[in-house]
Amino acid sequence: MSEHLVGVVVSHAAVAQALVAAVQGITGIDSALVGVSNEGCDYPAMTERLERALAGRRGVLFVDLPGGSCLTSAARYARGRDDVAIVTGVNLAMLLDFVFNRDVPPADAGRRAAAAGAKAIRVPAA
Amino acid sequence: MIKLFRIDDRLIHGQVVVGWGQPLGVGFIVLVDDEVRVSDWEQDLYRMGVPPEIEVIFASAAEAVERLAEWQADPRGGILLTGNIDAMATLCAGAGRVPAVNLGGMHHRAGRTERLRYVYLTADEAAKLRRLASTGVRVMAQDVPSARAIGLEEFL
Repeated sequence: MSEHLVGVVVSHAAVAQALVAAVQGITGIDSALVGVSNEGCDYPAMTERLERALAGRRGVLFVDLPGGSCLTSAARYARGRDDVAIVTGVNLAMLLDFVFNRDVPPADAGRRAAAAGAKAIRVPAA
Repeated sequence: MIKLFRIDDRLIHGQVVVGWGQPLGVGFIVLVDDEVRVSDWEQDLYRMGVPPEIEVIFASAAEAVERLAEWQADPRGGILLTGNIDAMATLCAGAGRVPAVNLGGMHHRAGRTERLRYVYLTADEAAKLRRLASTGVRVMAQDVPSARAIGLEEFL
């Protein structure tokens, strides 16, 4: 069996760590996600953090916003690579789906997670 | 006109677009960087972080010297960004017209020491800022508008 993907949540401030902790609390799975904050980083420093988080594994970078320093760092890191995919607009629902569906290529996992995250955005009737 | 001249090694990011862009009501952002100027891919990436109603202009340092007067005459408000002190110093020396420079983010790297939470500088970079200030340009550190603007003498 192929090695499962790792998810790296890339965010401003401590959003990433909070999302990772929430997924662990809900699922009990503690090895699927790593949080990376952009706090105090320029682009080379962010690249180092992403490299450490992935540690040579295949994975998906879950970025908070569809633009800005987190995405710029992630996109530079992942450019030209097929072992890393990027999804923006990270939310808890997409991460919960991801941790149970990591035995696929990164691009497929990214598309699936993005769809799961989008489905979770609703405006319930009052 | 350019409402904010900013040195920020992240270039276009949330603090710039939202933190400064919203209260200043900017209509355009000028990103001055020789490498980004010749990379369509990086330009697309930076545009993704900016709402469509804000124009993004990419310029080399030399082009910025030539075009600053044009941007200053623009009826829209603008932000001009460089990723390092050298590019801003080139602009100030070549074009004049820069009354104040905002030091918004220079992060930790080998050889730099912490001056403020978001400002790390080598001795050479600190000297460059002092030289810039000695030409009459007001140099202040301030990451977001709600923070206190800190004068050069307070952190060098």
